Amino acid sequence: MNSLLSVSNIAKNYGDRVGCHATSFDLWPGEVMAIVGESGSGKTTLLKCISGQMEASSGTLGYTKRDGSIVVLQELSEAERRFLMRTDWGFVHQDARDGLRMGVSAGANLGERLMALGGRHYGRIRSSAEDWLQRVEISTDRIDDSPWSYSGGMRQRLQIARNLVTAPRIIFMDEPTGGLDVSVQARLLDLMRGLVRNLGLAAVIVTHDLAVARLLSTRMMVMQGGNVVETGLTDQILEDPQAPYTQLLVSSILLV
Amino acid sequence: MLNVENLSKQFTLHQQGGVQIPVIQNLSFSVDHGETVAITGPSGRGKSSLLKLIYGSYIATSGSIQILHEPDWLEATQLAPRQMMEVRNKTIGYVTQFLRVIPRIPTLDIVAEPLINRGVNVSDALLRAQHLLTKLNVPEKLWSLSPMTFSGGEQQRVNIARGFAAHHPLLLLDEPTAALDAENRSRVMGLIREARANGSAILAVFHNEEERHQVCDRDIAL
Repeated sequence: MNSLLSVSNIAKNYGDRVGCHATSFDLWPGEVMAIVGESGSGKTTLLKCISGQMEASSGTLGYTKRDGSIVVLQELSEAERRFLMRTDWGFVHQDARDGLRMGVSAGANLGERLMALGGRHYGRIRSSAEDWLQRVEISTDRIDDSPWSYSGGMRQRLQIARNLVTAPRIIFMDEPTGGLDVSVQARLLDLMRGLVRNLGLAAVIVTHDLAVARLLSTRMMVMQGGNVVETGLTDQILEDPQAPYTQLLVSSILLV
Repeated sequence: MLNVENLSKQFTLHQQGGVQIPVIQNLSFSVDHGETVAITGPSGRGKSSLLKLIYGSYIATSGSIQILHEPDWLEATQLAPRQMMEVRNKTIGYVTQFLRVIPRIPTLDIVAEPLINRGVNVSDALLRAQHLLTKLNVPEKLWSLSPMTFSGGEQQRVNIARGFAAHHPLLLLDEPTAALDAENRSRVMGLIREARANGSAILAVFHNEEERHQVCDRDIAL
């Protein structure tokens, strides 16, 4: 079996400043990896580089397609890359407004993705959209409403549904529960974990919330100043952190 | 089933001037199928740490931990995260007093989850979960609720049900009966005997000496 995503020496510089130093790892089907670290540590930069949202300064991304063949993303044509990102990858932005089309209805936000993959039957697209609204616990009578009329938590759930409607194989999330109140966070966590398990997705989640990381992820990567300082099983990193920075981070958790 | 050789663990606390705290030194032992072994010793001797080392929550400083993950013997100290997750799904069950779950998930699903992770179909997993919850005296009216609001003893019993659900060949028990009343303690002891009869290798920390004598074949003193 091959890994789903193979990140090899991905680095990003912003001019003279380093966003993240050369980083390598493999992501396997069913794995949920959390990238944690303080703000400015390079975690979002890394996430954007490995998800094709941003071009890396150096390094390569290998991806195993559904047919088992391995492609290097940088070697694909723009059209091939875009197709792959539409069919196989999802990206959940911290601010749902960045991941949704705010000018069209909730239903259209979901249907649009299906149409991009060749869906043409209006009835089927609509029923698929309704199905997904229910799965993210949004009442189907809100299907024709604009996302502007949705609350923050509903928008985030709609964004997740928009990403999952095309059955991707990897989903990248940037602080998916940031800025939401705790009861909404709990619903989202429950939802995301169920989806990852039932759909066999792999996920990479950037978060600064170690409690979220603990509940959602199986493995963890700790970043500081653009470097990966520690990787391992989530419970191992939280219970037996090795690097000085990780020890500081873990010992700073507030207990409720 | 489990082979530990020359295992040592020390913590290095970088935030406190790099002070080193040795916990376990050159420990060797093995546990066979169908055997129940107690880890004994005063508080602070590393009983729980030993279980965490085997489960992979702690990193060994040196030494070897070999686990039979059918059909292969694996060196647990060298496994990648996904391999350790696979070993946990199929081979190692770990029961503590403390329940840690995502809010809102119904008790029944929490107990059934390890079985589903092991590849058992959902309806069979739910049946086994119901059976265990009944056995451990968790009232049926609570099954559809999240255990977050349960009493400490109820949460602990949910956690025990979850730990015993999947018939793991290697069970690590960290004071499974602490804080339970006599009635529930004896039910947990029943589960331990049942697991042993099924051939599981069990490594356990008990603070109650009488219970230890009831179920354990031998001791490892730390």
